[in-house]
Amino acid sequence: MTAAALLRVEAISKWFGGLLVVDGASLAVGPGRITGLIGPNGAGKTTLFNLVSGFFAPDSGTIVFDGRDITALPPHRRAALGIARTFQIVQPFAGLSVRDNIAVGAYLRSPRRADALARAEAVADLTGLTGYLDAPAAGLTVSARKRLELARALATEPRLLLLDEVLAGLNPSEVRDILPVMRALPEQGIAILMVEHVMQAVMSLCDDVYVLAEGRLIAQGSPGDVTRDPLVVEAYLGHGAASRIAAGIFARD
Amino acid sequence: MKHWSVYGSIGLAAVVFAALPLVTDSNTVLNAMVTAMIIALAAQGWNVLGGYGGQLSFGHAAFFGTGAYADAILQASCGVNAYAALAIATAAGGLVGLAIGFLSFRAGLRGSYFTLVTLAFAEVFRIVANAAPVTGAASGTLIKLDVRAVNFQFASRAIYFWIILALVAATMLLMRGIEQRRFGAWLIAVRENEDAAKALGVDTLRVKLQAITLSAAMTALAGGFYAQYYLFVDSTIAYGSWISVEALLATIIGGIGTVFGPVFGALALYFLGEFAKYITGRAPGIDLAFYGTLLILVVAFARDGVQGLLSKAAGAVARAGKSA
Amino acid sequence: MFALPLLVASILNGLMTGAVYALIAVGLTLVYGVLHIINFAHGAILTAAMFAAFLAFRAGIDPYLAMVPLALLFFGLGYAMQRLVIGPASHGDDRNILLVTLGLAIVIENLLLAAFKSDTRTIEVPYGFATIDLGFTFVVVPLAIGFAVSCAAAALLWVLLARTDTGKAIRAVAKEKLGAALAGIDVAHIYAVTFGLGAACLAVAACLLLPTYYVNPRVGNAYVLVAFTIVVLGGMGSIAGAIAGGLFIGVVESLSGLFFGESLGQLGIFLIFILVLLVRPTGLFGARA
Repeated sequence: MTAAALLRVEAISKWFGGLLVVDGASLAVGPGRITGLIGPNGAGKTTLFNLVSGFFAPDSGTIVFDGRDITALPPHRRAALGIARTFQIVQPFAGLSVRDNIAVGAYLRSPRRADALARAEAVADLTGLTGYLDAPAAGLTVSARKRLELARALATEPRLLLLDEVLAGLNPSEVRDILPVMRALPEQGIAILMVEHVMQAVMSLCDDVYVLAEGRLIAQGSPGDVTRDPLVVEAYLGHGAASRIAAGIFARD
Repeated sequence: MKHWSVYGSIGLAAVVFAALPLVTDSNTVLNAMVTAMIIALAAQGWNVLGGYGGQLSFGHAAFFGTGAYADAILQASCGVNAYAALAIATAAGGLVGLAIGFLSFRAGLRGSYFTLVTLAFAEVFRIVANAAPVTGAASGTLIKLDVRAVNFQFASRAIYFWIILALVAATMLLMRGIEQRRFGAWLIAVRENEDAAKALGVDTLRVKLQAITLSAAMTALAGGFYAQYYLFVDSTIAYGSWISVEALLATIIGGIGTVFGPVFGALALYFLGEFAKYITGRAPGIDLAFYGTLLILVVAFARDGVQGLLSKAAGAVARAGKSA
Repeated sequence: MFALPLLVASILNGLMTGAVYALIAVGLTLVYGVLHIINFAHGAILTAAMFAAFLAFRAGIDPYLAMVPLALLFFGLGYAMQRLVIGPASHGDDRNILLVTLGLAIVIENLLLAAFKSDTRTIEVPYGFATIDLGFTFVVVPLAIGFAVSCAAAALLWVLLARTDTGKAIRAVAKEKLGAALAGIDVAHIYAVTFGLGAACLAVAACLLLPTYYVNPRVGNAYVLVAFTIVVLGGMGSIAGAIAGGLFIGVVESLSGLFFGESLGQLGIFLIFILVLLVRPTGLFGARA
């Protein structure tokens, strides 16, 4: 990792009641890189996202964005600095049209209505939503809603995009359609940190991957290295699974 | 087909209404219309916070009453000019709104809890106003009758009507302008989903504070005008629950979250109230019982209740926005 | 400053009126705890119950005797209100529920206004001013009865919730609606039963209040804000909190009246209300939000 990491999370911890949900996790995202965050369910990935985007305050540790300590900043200030996020459970502004939904994000950088609407249309074009611009957001399909989440976040002109399981609920062809959109983002100077369970996407998109299990980071590296790491296999499949796989116990004859 | 812009519609409606005193000189009719317009103005205020902002207040009387008392006391006890008093009263209402908003939103109060606290604040104001010497305690405050234009007192009710009509039209133009601008978009976003709005860079606390201040100022203006028209204010008139209820009812029945809604609603309330009284004999409270029933029916049968009304409003805004 | 006997009498009075407040608040908090709605019609239902008790008295039935029949009647009315009006009209949305219960409050209050006009009425019962001599102070009989019955009603409610099947169903729905539904509990019915119980509490409270208090169409309003304060103080959904809060508020009101005079007595309560909402809306006993 280069010294000029865009996002640096340092030893961040979060307690909920008596449970240590995130335990001293550290990670870094370089500018223009796509970084994956994977791990079994309940590992604390979304909590980590909430910490980075400012919806939760950490109990210890710091978050540094572009050289600036943002640990105490509220979510809207982080968005203004260039961190945008999507939500795992999509949250469209149900009463508004797609265009107006995206415009809310666009208004962050473009105070004038005409500029905001123009940006909204541009972003819709980028994310394949042009045909839906006047449709009410409440009536969209799952796939379109996911794109809307993405579009809204992109409209804020972020430098770091936090994607929380943006592919969840999409069928394989919908996944195939949205991957190029995501792949094109670093070319526009947008770094991505994505929580994902769809391994196909992680393998094909991510430059680096972090693995979180029970609140702790247990592995880090390229997608290939990480998926072969026995610790990672055990985190997903259970204790001793890695050695059993190596011993060919599950191998077909 | 020719598309009327929303601004044009507001102007046209204002002109049509302004013709009313030219076709009738019945004091009863004019009086009713002035009262309806006062409610409409108060409702416009409520609509900013409750309709566009989605924060339901059951205590807007706190702002109405502050405007009414401020206007009356400044004139009666401090000798301030009537027009200046009205302006100050409006600002005072806005400040009260800011204060209540600051306390409530900073404490993170949302939904029902916010509604409850607005109710409590209004009651506190009422109790204090009923006891404090500066407001005349239970006897209230009188503005001295001195019918001259410089005192904002007119012999002809028509003039009052034209003034309140102009004020209502002005707020409608303002709301249309807000709908078309960033503040409006952000306010609606906060209403629809506060967390999503925050993630998009919206300073939701600031937006809500601005909304409640504007909302309170408008309603205070209505209160100040009321004091100016009736020349008498007491704690029940100023801070009683009647105005909180009517402002809310007018907006919801007329179309919550829309530019024309509060005005439609205030007029509808007046006519429906008269109708109810007519068919049931003039028993006290029948009109309000009718309003209550109407509220339940509107909430029940408008598709998805209040949310459905909001969606329809947003859809209409989107369509109208392309032509404004 | 004030003589000790006066203080003691004031506190004792406060505890006894507080017990009735607690009963009113228990109805409100029960509805919140199970249906998760803030019932703005609570005060109007109390007013209606007081008028019902008043009419019963006019018909020759002593309020304390009217308690049980009225409780049953209002249970039914409350059940119908939730099942037929509030439930269907609100589509389950919080904002709608606020508005529907507000609408009901307006309708009930104003129908009462139309029927009874705005005059204030009182009743005269032979024991209205009778006192019990406790040695160090006197206690007015109706207040003492009020205290005793409220305690009994609270105990009855506790038994109902803890020991009967319906009570268990109510607690299940309060904790986890979906799970309860999946276990075969008719949630709409339980909601209505709970609402009915709340209304029944109000009917009992009305009968306890009538001998010492007055009734007019606005009286419920005064009580509902006090009830809200108690519920918020004690924790939304906590019955123990409502009882403790009711007693506390009763004493606060009594002492405020003593020190500040009648007209500002209620002010103290509302200020506490606002303070609690701003500082700790979940109340002293409520679950952390």
